[in-house]
Amino acid sequence: MSRQHSVWSVIARRELAAYFASPVAYIVTGLFLAFSGFLFFSTFFLVNRAELRNFFGILPVMFAFFVPALTMRLFSEETRSGSLETLMTLPVSSADAVFGKFVSAFSFTAAMLVPTFVYAGTAFFLGDPDVGPMIGGYLGALFLAAGFSAIGLFASSLTKNQIVAFFIAFAICILLALIDSFLVIFPARVVGPLEFLSAGYHFQSIARGILDTRDLLYFASLTAFFLGLTVKALDARRAA
Amino acid sequence: MIEVERVSRSFGSFTAVDDVSFSIRKGEIVGLLGPNGAGKTTTMRMITGFLDPSAGKVTIDGMDITGDSREIKRKIGYMPESAPLYSDMIVEDYLVYVARMQGIDDAGKVSAIAGLTGLGDVMHKNIGDLSRGYRQRVGLAHALLHDPEILVLDEPTAGLDPNQIIEVRNLIKEIGRTRTVIISTHILSEVEMLCDRVIIISRGKIVADSPTGELRQRFGHRATLRVQLSGCTPDELGKAASSIGGVAAFTAEEGDETVSTDGTKCVLTAGVLSIEGERDVRPDVFSLVKDRGWILYEMSIRSNSLEDVFRSLTTGGEES
Repeated sequence: MSRQHSVWSVIARRELAAYFASPVAYIVTGLFLAFSGFLFFSTFFLVNRAELRNFFGILPVMFAFFVPALTMRLFSEETRSGSLETLMTLPVSSADAVFGKFVSAFSFTAAMLVPTFVYAGTAFFLGDPDVGPMIGGYLGALFLAAGFSAIGLFASSLTKNQIVAFFIAFAICILLALIDSFLVIFPARVVGPLEFLSAGYHFQSIARGILDTRDLLYFASLTAFFLGLTVKALDARRAA
Repeated sequence: MIEVERVSRSFGSFTAVDDVSFSIRKGEIVGLLGPNGAGKTTTMRMITGFLDPSAGKVTIDGMDITGDSREIKRKIGYMPESAPLYSDMIVEDYLVYVARMQGIDDAGKVSAIAGLTGLGDVMHKNIGDLSRGYRQRVGLAHALLHDPEILVLDEPTAGLDPNQIIEVRNLIKEIGRTRTVIISTHILSEVEMLCDRVIIISRGKIVADSPTGELRQRFGHRATLRVQLSGCTPDELGKAASSIGGVAAFTAEEGDETVSTDGTKCVLTAGVLSIEGERDVRPDVFSLVKDRGWILYEMSIRSNSLEDVFRSLTTGGEES
């Protein structure tokens, strides 16, 4: 009867329930599916290849838009309404609050990917796709979701205005998603470091179906770095 | 139980709380009283660990609130001003959520608290759709759910209608019997009704800290007596009034214009006598007037209410 829940999981569950009660989440999911579905099916029959490459190719850009739309509310709304005070005076640490909200955003983004299995199913039904890149693509998508959720959460902790939070997160995410497309304009010696900073580059590397520890390390540190910054941002508000 | 030692908090260049110290014993019900913007909320936020002090420290049962705060937060039930809650949740879900956050997974506890705070009828309503009174009660339920030793309530009756105020006060009185309670308010009668002790804050500083009963004793016996008469000059009146024992000061005022019995217009001599102590000076004034042959038009006494005490303490020498 008195099963104890860890505090972050209670927060994660509440936030997840809030997603399912919020029209914004449904609009975001609907737009994401409409958009990705259009991109998938419009090119699928044209190219006549049973694969999800186009879908995964555009995914970093789509996530750069849709993930911040899901995370923008998480802290800014609490700050605006004042409920952050009721939350933070419960027996929670800043890390609990940040991690709980992160898990909810990540889970919702992951759930948003589930309907896209239809694309994979279509590919299997009509052809004989390579399984490796497909698994890699979905795995990469999860890493990308984690990294961008952390960025979105950080942006949300900076302001009480959801729209501002959205644009801060969008700016950071789109930069990380597209930086590898603009590498030609940079001098050769900064190309290497910039490529390593690019989320798009690491994502495409995983989506080819090759798991490299450098890519995993990249997404793990990206996520940890922005979650850490979010905790710092919350603590800084408390401090004098 | 709660020790606030030389605590200050500033926001940029603005000092909201300035070198405040007090300690609260177990079981006390303390009222933090002060005008809006005096620093009540900031003080409470530092006690509950939502804000760190800029200087000084707050300890609860000897533990520093900025250090091991999770352990301490468990001892405190806090209702922030105007009870900011998740407006998209229904009441029952919210209380279950708070219970889980506090490590309670007992459905009986939630319904018990709902009963105590009178939320039975609205358990399935959205918090955002509730009236202010009910939202306040959800806030109280939020603060009470884990049976905290310390209850911190920021303006628990603000914005309620008179009936709701009475209900909430009774509830606080009821739950305060076994707990340490700090409430903030700018309503004096509330403090008198609920609190054992009152701390008056003005512009971030403590201007009075005493048991509620003593506050009235210390300041409540002062009174002012206003007199208007004819047949003397203000100087004569002042000199005569000052000779009466218990009159601390005399201030001449502008008298009314009146028409005397013989039909001529005249202006009355008026003044206010500040009286200290418990002796009633009105018989002395009467016999004084009778002896000198003056004519008395008005004699009205007004005892200083707690409102006057509050006003004089919190306007802090800007007037007078």
